[in-house]
Amino acid sequence: MDAPVKAGQQSGRAVGLGLPHDSAHLHVTGRAAYTDDIPEPRELLHLAVGMSEKPHARIRKIDLCDVLAAPGVVDVCVAADIQGENNYGPIVKDDPVFADALVQYVGQPLFAVAAGSVDSARKAARKASIDYEELEPILDPLTAVAKGSFVLPSETLVRGNPDDARENSPHRLQRRISVGGQDQFYLEGQVAMSIPQEDGGLLVYSSTQHPDEVQTMIAHATRRSAKDIVVICRRMGGAFGGKESQAALIAIITAIAADKTGRPCKLRLDRDDDMIMTGKRHDFVIDYDVGFDDTGRIRGIQFEFASRCGMSADLSGPVNDRAMFHCDNAYFLENVRIVSHRCKTNTVSNTAFRGFGGPQGMFAIEYVIDDIARTLGKDPLEVRRRNFYGKSDRNVTHYDQPVDDNIIDDIFDRLVANSDYQERRAAIRQFNASSKVLRRGIAITPVKFGISFTNTLLNQAGALVHVYKDGTVQLSHGGTEMGQGLYVKVAQVVADELGVGMDRIRIMAADTSRVPNASATAASSGSDMNGKAAQRAAAKIRKRLTEFAARHFSVPEAAIDFHGDAVQLGDRSTSFAELVRLAWADRVSLSATGFYKTPKINYDRARFSGRPFFYFAYGAAVSEVVVDMLTGENRVLRVDILHDCGDSLNPAIDLGQIEGGYIQGVGWLTTEELWWNEAGELGTHAPSTYKIPTCSDLAPDFRVEMLSGSSNREDTIYRSKAVGEPPLMLGLSAFLAIRDAIDRGVPGGVPLQAPATPEAILRAVMRAGHE
Amino acid sequence: MGVSCVRFMLDGQLIELDHVDPSRTVLQFLREDLGRTGTKEGCAEGDCGACTVVVAELCGDELSLKAINSCIQFLPTLDGKELITVESLSPPGAELHPVQRALAENHGSQCGFCTPGFVMSLFALYKTNALPGRREIDDALAGNLCRCTGYRPIVAAARAMYEESAADDRGNWLRQACGSQQEPARRIENLRKLAREADLELEHGDRRYFAPSGIDSLAEQFARYPDATLLAGGTDIGLWVTKQHRELGTVIYTGRVAELLTVSRSPTHLDIGAAVTLSEAIPPIVEHYPGLEEIFRRFASPPIRNTGTLGGNIANGSPIGDSMAALMVVGATLLLRRGGDVRELPLDAFYHDYRVNDLAPGEFIERIRIPLVDEQAVVRSQKWSKRFDQDISAVCTAYFLELDGGKVATFRMACGGLAPIIKRATHCEAILVGEAWSEPQIERACVALQSDFTPISDARATADIRLLAVQNLLRRFYRETAGAAESTVYLYGRSG
Repeated sequence: MDAPVKAGQQSGRAVGLGLPHDSAHLHVTGRAAYTDDIPEPRELLHLAVGMSEKPHARIRKIDLCDVLAAPGVVDVCVAADIQGENNYGPIVKDDPVFADALVQYVGQPLFAVAAGSVDSARKAARKASIDYEELEPILDPLTAVAKGSFVLPSETLVRGNPDDARENSPHRLQRRISVGGQDQFYLEGQVAMSIPQEDGGLLVYSSTQHPDEVQTMIAHATRRSAKDIVVICRRMGGAFGGKESQAALIAIITAIAADKTGRPCKLRLDRDDDMIMTGKRHDFVIDYDVGFDDTGRIRGIQFEFASRCGMSADLSGPVNDRAMFHCDNAYFLENVRIVSHRCKTNTVSNTAFRGFGGPQGMFAIEYVIDDIARTLGKDPLEVRRRNFYGKSDRNVTHYDQPVDDNIIDDIFDRLVANSDYQERRAAIRQFNASSKVLRRGIAITPVKFGISFTNTLLNQAGALVHVYKDGTVQLSHGGTEMGQGLYVKVAQVVADELGVGMDRIRIMAADTSRVPNASATAASSGSDMNGKAAQRAAAKIRKRLTEFAARHFSVPEAAIDFHGDAVQLGDRSTSFAELVRLAWADRVSLSATGFYKTPKINYDRARFSGRPFFYFAYGAAVSEVVVDMLTGENRVLRVDILHDCGDSLNPAIDLGQIEGGYIQGVGWLTTEELWWNEAGELGTHAPSTYKIPTCSDLAPDFRVEMLSGSSNREDTIYRSKAVGEPPLMLGLSAFLAIRDAIDRGVPGGVPLQAPATPEAILRAVMRAGHE
Repeated sequence: MGVSCVRFMLDGQLIELDHVDPSRTVLQFLREDLGRTGTKEGCAEGDCGACTVVVAELCGDELSLKAINSCIQFLPTLDGKELITVESLSPPGAELHPVQRALAENHGSQCGFCTPGFVMSLFALYKTNALPGRREIDDALAGNLCRCTGYRPIVAAARAMYEESAADDRGNWLRQACGSQQEPARRIENLRKLAREADLELEHGDRRYFAPSGIDSLAEQFARYPDATLLAGGTDIGLWVTKQHRELGTVIYTGRVAELLTVSRSPTHLDIGAAVTLSEAIPPIVEHYPGLEEIFRRFASPPIRNTGTLGGNIANGSPIGDSMAALMVVGATLLLRRGGDVRELPLDAFYHDYRVNDLAPGEFIERIRIPLVDEQAVVRSQKWSKRFDQDISAVCTAYFLELDGGKVATFRMACGGLAPIIKRATHCEAILVGEAWSEPQIERACVALQSDFTPISDARATADIRLLAVQNLLRRFYRETAGAAESTVYLYGRSG
């Protein structure tokens, strides 16, 4: 056995320590098993998916004779082979597993082929002959708006009187801006394996953020009940939202094929197929119309969002809702109207991606703030401060939730000082005055991100803790591990609850047979919810052990303390293991479940009113960039981040989330460009064409700090704060720093579209009349 | 007669494989045949690095270690070499290798899927560079994508891995299948034993694979099978198999042909064998032409450069290849061989149309001859892409400029990404030659570029901006030569 690195603290608290990821020693040795690494069962068949080549067409005929005749092929599955529902749409049932009569995007699954090897399956899948009757496709959100093509009805949220407020403002700006989508680019592609079990049972290994939903969807598709299906996920090689709803598609296909062939079936998507077939972050076109005063304070604002949802609803409803919630970011919008169009396009159905609409909403307001500053000739920092939520007034969001934990001013004050923002900004102005080709820019942006699923019912979690009679522990909860360090954080909580070292705890895979009905590990809520649930499970066992010990050793319960693998019993002590053995011998139950539901939240979706979020997580970043005005090439030179994790459960893990989130955000806004051709085909479907940041994109000067002394005001697990999504939006500072660099005093600033690729920057520079 | 058994070393054990499918990749072999699943597939096209392994070869009396992408490396090309995977670094029960420990302790893994690839790239760096600076670390990791960490802790690990090994010699550790660790001397001895003169010949169904060890044998085989696919580094051909599922039929591998693996240098020429890897071909080129440093640093990634060849880049003839524009402007020529006949052709006459070149059936590139022109000339190449590292050029340029008293004596410019082939900008050149090297003249040359190129729009860039980019790149080149030399953004404010 390998010793986990630096784990197994024998004494003291585990919570708050920067312990390594529980699998770090397995990651670095290649011994961490991902779904495709699980030893393959006998008789396993490998699947490949045949995909639509047209963005919008009626299917006249699917001829699979050549597919079936290809070497190594055992069987094929089409829509007609689905015994139950042909759907994997989680909210609206508009997502067929296999299209039959109608295809709605290039890459839509039509059939699966089962063969003896991955190679033969993939080769055979290309041999299908499909007869299409082509229909007019809608390939972008604006066309969809013009044609009234939506996956869900448009929504409008109004507060105050935005029209009068704008009209009576001293200044007014209107502009159309756009922000691109983003591929999750998890390094481990989508994969699942279904293994038939006795008496109609099915065991499914799935790389999924939501095993419960995979279980439910397979049940619906295969006419099973949930009890007959076990879904297991030990870990994912990254997910970022991309395996929240759409992992189900992959898993269902393996289940259908396993049922049809009676053999275990595995589907691992090739990278290109994965990027073509599965959804991404929504790109948005944003029309804004803002009125503001001489100080830059917004008096009235209207946003009209058109987002590319793709061919089905998927999670687009809540994603767009969150964009509406977060287009205030940290700013008080007294008079505001937000219109949100959820556009149906003949492209892949877009889905969750870290931030879940929040980033697009924040992009909108940060762009507006930047434009206001550039219109008034002010430092955008000043305009930001002018519009921040107040602490005692101007502190209610446009969805009627009071912001009662506002710390953004404090964060800004500290970060502005620590980063020498003012001095550097002045130096940059001076540098730019004498530099024609290379220009530098700087920007500071805040993040205020609401924590909780906006669908209140999802805010529940379960856990299961077993203590074995040798005093060791198995820990299960409904959360999944995708690299974010959820498992080690929850284990730290349980270790402290039982007063045992981390080496006594084995973290078990997410498994629907251990913890039922779990929500997706999403919305940054994993540690908050599963940490609390696991703590409660462990607390039940500790309570039983305490009661037993009080009885057995005749000491008052108040004198019993669990600490450092030992139990203090008044002035005596015994080992945890010994107490457990004695309790077992006394027939004490040593297994318990824990359950948690997030308190205080309630929200009326129909009116966009209430308290959707338990609390807010805050942060801010300063980015400094250099831009080549001739080539549009750019580079982040220095980054200063101050982020709020409350009382961090594990500062090392949280730091990783902040750093990684920031860079992912910068990638979204700079190099990561999704490009479709006129035939509706995605042209950027592999790392050769889709460019996520590499090592050299990390700023040479990268300074990240966690806000100290910032306990969560709400009663979260150890007063920590969620940290999965919020840091991504810190990347907005890099985009606005680029804008700052290329700005030459054009009123309202240079229009720059995101992602700010060298091409986009050149276009902006050209339009602004430079060079 | 040749031999038909592929032999290589893995964890101190000789692996001998008969009847190898020549288009089986090293990654498939590891994961599917051996169940060594530490090495991952992230993209199957050599762009993400999750599949990185290290290959050791004998280089004189030394072991030369190189990180490569196992996902597009064909198994028979391992013949005579030693394969090192993430599993080789620490056996069950043993301590972690310093590279592994540094990554783990610096929180360099989150989801962990890219981690084995990073371990192997860092292992190669660890073995070949005693104290890398940030740029060298970036360069060593340019072929490895991490989506979780943002790289800061990985860079920290790359620095810490040397400290980790200061105390003991775990850094020299390599797994031996049966027990104790391998001695370097033993590994060298093992590889010596594997060296052989005979050609390797494999047959697997309809697939044939020849790996001749001499040039005459290569010429003879290719003349006999003119439809054969000539395989060098396989960094593109690998994708024909993994992505396009093409049947390669007969493959002739150039990587064992001794005569193609040499680099020679005369006072006037650098002479590079067609099978010399980019990693070996680049340093002597850049040494003479420092203005080509950036283009070659940004040429793919170390694992690709470690297998990809200069000859392969030229023969493959992608309009977005990164070496050819530079080689064209310095006047490189190709020695082409067919059977016993050899001819010499200027590189700028080699390409006719998209993926159509001057090679006759059975003819192949034997050597690339690069003139080492006098140091007064300014030679520079630029790459314009979305990302600095491991990206494909949207536009690539190269210039050769000689001034005579403020006037342009010689000017050559070649571009990639703007036409179906990489080609000279002849209109632009004509405007500049004989005229003053001045801003107004450059502006005229920029107009002329519109006559040279009619670019297309694709995922990498839009036509109009491609044209603007090449014009601005020329402007930038002018500014650099005219003394207004700004650093590029990539070098700006960076040291080490």
